[in-house]
Amino acid sequence: MRAARVMLVAGLVFLYFPLLVLIIYSFNESRLVTIWTEFSVKWYIELLQDEQLMGAFFLSLQIACATAFMAVLLGTIAAYVLVNFGRFPGQTLFSSMIVAPLVMPEVITGLSLLLLFVGLSELLGWPASRGAMTIWIAHVTFSVAFVTIIISSRLREMDGSLEEAAMDLGATPLKVFFVITLPLIMPALVSGWLLAFTLSLDDLVIASFVSGPGASTLPMVIYSSVRLGVSPKINALATIFVGMILVGSFLVWWTMQRWQVYATDKKAAEG
Amino acid sequence: MPNSDAQTVIETPADVADRYALEIINVSKHFDDVAAVNQVSLSIDKGEIFALLGGSGCGKTTLLRMLAGFETPSAGDIKINGVSVLHSPPYQRPVNMMFQSYALFPHMTVEQNVAFGLKQDRMPKAEIEVRVTEVLELVQMTRFRRRKPGQLSGGQQQRVALARSLAKKPALLLLDEPMGALDKKLRMQMQLELANIIESVGVTCVMVTHDQEEAMTMADRIAIMDQGEIMQVGAPRQIYEFPNSKLTAEFIGSINLFEAVAAFDVASGGAAPCRLECAELPCTVVSNETDSRFAGPCYVALRPEKISLETSLEPADNNWVRGKIDDIAYLGSHNVVHVRLETPAGKTKIVQVHVSNFARHAKSLDFEQAVALSWEPEAVVLIKAEAA
Repeated sequence: MRAARVMLVAGLVFLYFPLLVLIIYSFNESRLVTIWTEFSVKWYIELLQDEQLMGAFFLSLQIACATAFMAVLLGTIAAYVLVNFGRFPGQTLFSSMIVAPLVMPEVITGLSLLLLFVGLSELLGWPASRGAMTIWIAHVTFSVAFVTIIISSRLREMDGSLEEAAMDLGATPLKVFFVITLPLIMPALVSGWLLAFTLSLDDLVIASFVSGPGASTLPMVIYSSVRLGVSPKINALATIFVGMILVGSFLVWWTMQRWQVYATDKKAAEG
Repeated sequence: MPNSDAQTVIETPADVADRYALEIINVSKHFDDVAAVNQVSLSIDKGEIFALLGGSGCGKTTLLRMLAGFETPSAGDIKINGVSVLHSPPYQRPVNMMFQSYALFPHMTVEQNVAFGLKQDRMPKAEIEVRVTEVLELVQMTRFRRRKPGQLSGGQQQRVALARSLAKKPALLLLDEPMGALDKKLRMQMQLELANIIESVGVTCVMVTHDQEEAMTMADRIAIMDQGEIMQVGAPRQIYEFPNSKLTAEFIGSINLFEAVAAFDVASGGAAPCRLECAELPCTVVSNETDSRFAGPCYVALRPEKISLETSLEPADNNWVRGKIDDIAYLGSHNVVHVRLETPAGKTKIVQVHVSNFARHAKSLDFEQAVALSWEPEAVVLIKAEAA
């Protein structure tokens, strides 16, 4: 027991100590990231004045939001078809193609998408230039895989007789989807949305491939600035991110708690 | 508004429509090449509780799902109140189903669950309110109307499920393994209660079950199904007392079967009782059966509770055999005594006999004790041996 507790603490320290150091040093007065001088918020002020970083930050947020919505929409449709439509010609191909991006190295995904966009613009004249739009398309392409898996596992778990019962009581299939299915898989939609959002915000490799001049996402800007030496501004930015994530995950946890009340004990019902 | 549509059609004069709530006409369902339901025809009276009884995979659930509209028959027709519903989707049929898992919507309260079907019919809010209260009172769940299904016990969930399926006043109520999700003790109580509620509403009901006790407690008539076909239809008593096949006999309760050859005294004009020679019973069996269609190879069927076990070995002319006790199983309410007989062919045959606890003590039965078995001619049921 004691050893287990020590291991647990050691593991948590290993995971979270670097984050803690980063947060503490974001309030450091010194220019040097490793030497503590005195408390100050000047890097936060400088961060807010740094147009390049702030621009990249907002671009990343926009792309991440748009990606999450699109991925949830496509992922829900794909998962619904996979789970509820039974066997159809090409089902195996469809389901394996949907999850393929999960196991595909990012470099390959990025490169192939770049080639696709270049080829398309030569053939059709679209996209005229690469930028936020191409990054968005690329991010949707790979995050849909994750979202589909989350939603389809939730759909599979769902008692199919719920939908039948709604239909039996007079609801048309479309209505059943919106009144019964959708509310019941909502937790999966929320987690899928968050995952797609995080994946998109986090992505450096694919974005680097498919981005064009003038569209640099946050990871791209941070990465290139780190090569010139770490600025304490990055610490400040990271601290803001950690804060946002804490608030965000608390909100999700809180909503999920409320959804838990809805979730029936399926096993008890099947008995 | 599917229900009101159906009602306008009912008024068309048709004698059959008045008699039967449900007609299943030569319905078959094939999955790939396998017939899950094969040429089933049934007519169910208005207000009747009808049970489809059979083991798993016998096609009873498929048949029920075809009535609800979740499966389409490969052949045949289904008429509700004389109107074919073959081409109506589930949401337009005047049929409501209580699912085995109850399928209560977990994100809605009891009240919202019950109101769901009425809302789909665009019933005015005030009327919905009245109807919901009415059916919740019927199942005594008014106190729980604001609860979510997850906060209810299994028995309470079942009541809500029943209320929800009765709310729309369906022409036909379907129950899929209604007691499947309850523990044994609650089952007995709910069987009677459910049957009482259904009878008080007067709705025609088709239920599916694998539990013969459940079928016999709740249903007015039972159909025994096997491999997609109906083996026998009848009142519980009729099916238990007069099984028409080896399969039904063995499926309902326990029974002793003996191969026999029946001989009728044709000269008496069918008045004399039938005498049987059994290869598996060392005595002549006499039955009250006078129907000569049983002549020839058949089975003698004897229910264990209709055989009496005596310790005095005074021989009788017929319906009397001697054996030794092989095993005694104590079941609380009674004992099942396995008696080993020496058959004329030199083999042994085990016969089950029910003995009350009182009789067991009075006769102080023990293993390997020699006993005599006898039975009345009316206890003998003949089953025609299937054409091999």
